[in-house]
Amino acid sequence: MTDRDDVVGSSESRLSPHPVARRDFLGLGALGSAAAAFLFATIGMLRLPKAAVLPSPSRRFKVVLPESLPFEEPYLAPGRHVALIRDAEGVFAVSNVCTHLGCIVKPSATGFYCPCHGSRFDRTGQVLAGPAPRPLPWLAVRKAGENTYVVDEEKEVPAGTKEVA
Amino acid sequence: MSGRSEAPAAVSAVRRLGRNVLATPGRLWASFSRAGRPATDRSRSKFVFGNVFLHLHPARVHRWSLRWTTTWGLGIAALSAFLITLITGVLLMFYYKPYPSAAYNTIKDIHFVVPTGRFIRNIHRWAANVMVVTVLLHMARTFFTAAYRKPREFNWVVGMGLLALTLGLSFTGYLLPWDQLAYWAITIGANIAQSPRELTDALGITAYFDPGGFQKLILLGSTDVGEEALIRFYLFHVMLLPLGLVALLAVHFWRIRKDGGLVRPAGADERLGSVDPETYPVFTEAPDKTYHLAAVVKGRTPWVGRGPENTLPAMPHLFYAELAVLMLVVFLCVGLALLVDAPLKELANPDLPENPAKAPWYFLGLQELVSHSAFMGGIGIPAVVLVGLGLIPYLDRETHGTGEWFGGPGGLRLVALSAAVGLGSVLGIEAFAIRFGWLRTWWPDIPQLVITFVNPGTFLTVVYGVFSVWAVRRYDSTRAGALALFTCFLCGFIVLTIIGAHFRGPNWEFYWSPSHWPGH
Repeated sequence: MTDRDDVVGSSESRLSPHPVARRDFLGLGALGSAAAAFLFATIGMLRLPKAAVLPSPSRRFKVVLPESLPFEEPYLAPGRHVALIRDAEGVFAVSNVCTHLGCIVKPSATGFYCPCHGSRFDRTGQVLAGPAPRPLPWLAVRKAGENTYVVDEEKEVPAGTKEVA
Repeated sequence: MSGRSEAPAAVSAVRRLGRNVLATPGRLWASFSRAGRPATDRSRSKFVFGNVFLHLHPARVHRWSLRWTTTWGLGIAALSAFLITLITGVLLMFYYKPYPSAAYNTIKDIHFVVPTGRFIRNIHRWAANVMVVTVLLHMARTFFTAAYRKPREFNWVVGMGLLALTLGLSFTGYLLPWDQLAYWAITIGANIAQSPRELTDALGITAYFDPGGFQKLILLGSTDVGEEALIRFYLFHVMLLPLGLVALLAVHFWRIRKDGGLVRPAGADERLGSVDPETYPVFTEAPDKTYHLAAVVKGRTPWVGRGPENTLPAMPHLFYAELAVLMLVVFLCVGLALLVDAPLKELANPDLPENPAKAPWYFLGLQELVSHSAFMGGIGIPAVVLVGLGLIPYLDRETHGTGEWFGGPGGLRLVALSAAVGLGSVLGIEAFAIRFGWLRTWWPDIPQLVITFVNPGTFLTVVYGVFSVWAVRRYDSTRAGALALFTCFLCGFIVLTIIGAHFRGPNWEFYWSPSHWPGH
């Protein structure tokens, strides 16, 4: 454009073309579409590593509480990171995965503690100390027979939701 | 044709064949080496740029660049460590199987059964550690000699990428033995990747916007560390990250050449004095023209406006120096490998965390911060530090002190003061938090958002920031601020790493020595 400004008597005509020449426009268009194609191909390829179906086993499981389980004593479901607790009002399940960085908490005299960064929780999962940002989540429990319960680890329920024993 | 095929010609062809056979070894060598023995200026230059592996080097190199105190050979040391991990890593791949049921046993086989397997694995482990240390020291050297300045700004940014890739390579390699150490270090690492949830949970938007969960899912391919995670970490460790590292290394080295070689202070030529007459000849022939290639290089070039008096041929001076560094690193890695075995604990057990579960040593500073707030320690503060480091060359546009150790306003005095402030504040805040606890100890019901933004880590970051702003005003110089900030963060990194490595025991509680840990 600039090198055409000094053309004597220049005015809008087909001899003084549009600021972006037709050829330039096509070239830029081709370049832009190539860039867009690469961008979308990259985004499309990134879809692959994000698994749609997770390989973990079923997160619902059945557990039988021992007849003799005292009130307020956590029962650790075998092979699962869940503690079931029975009290006068019913049965509830508390996740045993620390909300800080995913270590497995262990039962203690007052509730649970995390060996990784020292977070402490009471029996209902409320944070007492340490860096854990949230209480331990409560999980959905459904009675399925005498002392038998089905726990769904996928389904979080508000704290205080108890299944009548 | 038939008229020419007479006996004498046939005989001479056979004799020519014989002579050619006899001359073949010599000609093979001549065609291989192209330039012959590097004896003259010309052949020594051709030795460099006629060789595909050596031609990244300049044909002649300035005497300032060859002084040990200019670089301490740290960049070449990091490269040497990388080459060692590359070779030993490929050797380990002969036996290693990236599958949870097999991984641990193959590492055990490598340790106990495979000939030299234990030695090679030890070297691999030690070279990886040496690489992390030398990369950090190389960065410190570049910073303290102000070598990141124009026209080398972008190479500093490339260096940031190389630092991240180095740490990524080390971290992904950590999982592969599939022992307790590996399993829980990676569980913690993956949950650090998920830690933006601490923020999104506190704001109540995780259901709509969950970058933390996405990062963890990409890293692990599942909700827990399992076979999907192992194969992904293997892929990252042996393929994606090394390829990325090699590509960035090529850019890094190429730009050193294009940006005018290693940095030199303005008065380097005067300070060097004349060449020692004992030095291997500077010139064997009088140069009759200056180095015209320099004319196409932008900026301050090595040889514009003056002759190459203060340069020496790269062959032998530069190559022998580099070879010496390589041999030193090999010696160090082999020596350490002979003295200390790479660790291998019990088979990974997803139900039983290690107590204490510790990340690799270079992440223990982060883990100490993470023990105050997962998001700030694992993502927030490291991101601030990385972005801050990357911006240094674009904020410091001064020229005073380029190429000098601790160059710039304030100099060594400011660095010493910053070290005192940096050490004092990190020790003070940690001692306070260990002795008196933090917000939740005093007000158990305090909202998480407050702890995320007000914790020992963010407090320390703010103290360092305020101090460096003071340095900018005191010396009226952005370089002074950069010196203060970098020194402070270096001190913070070292102190937090030592606290995490030595003074933290079971339940991440403070112990003066691991020997005071309660028995298991």
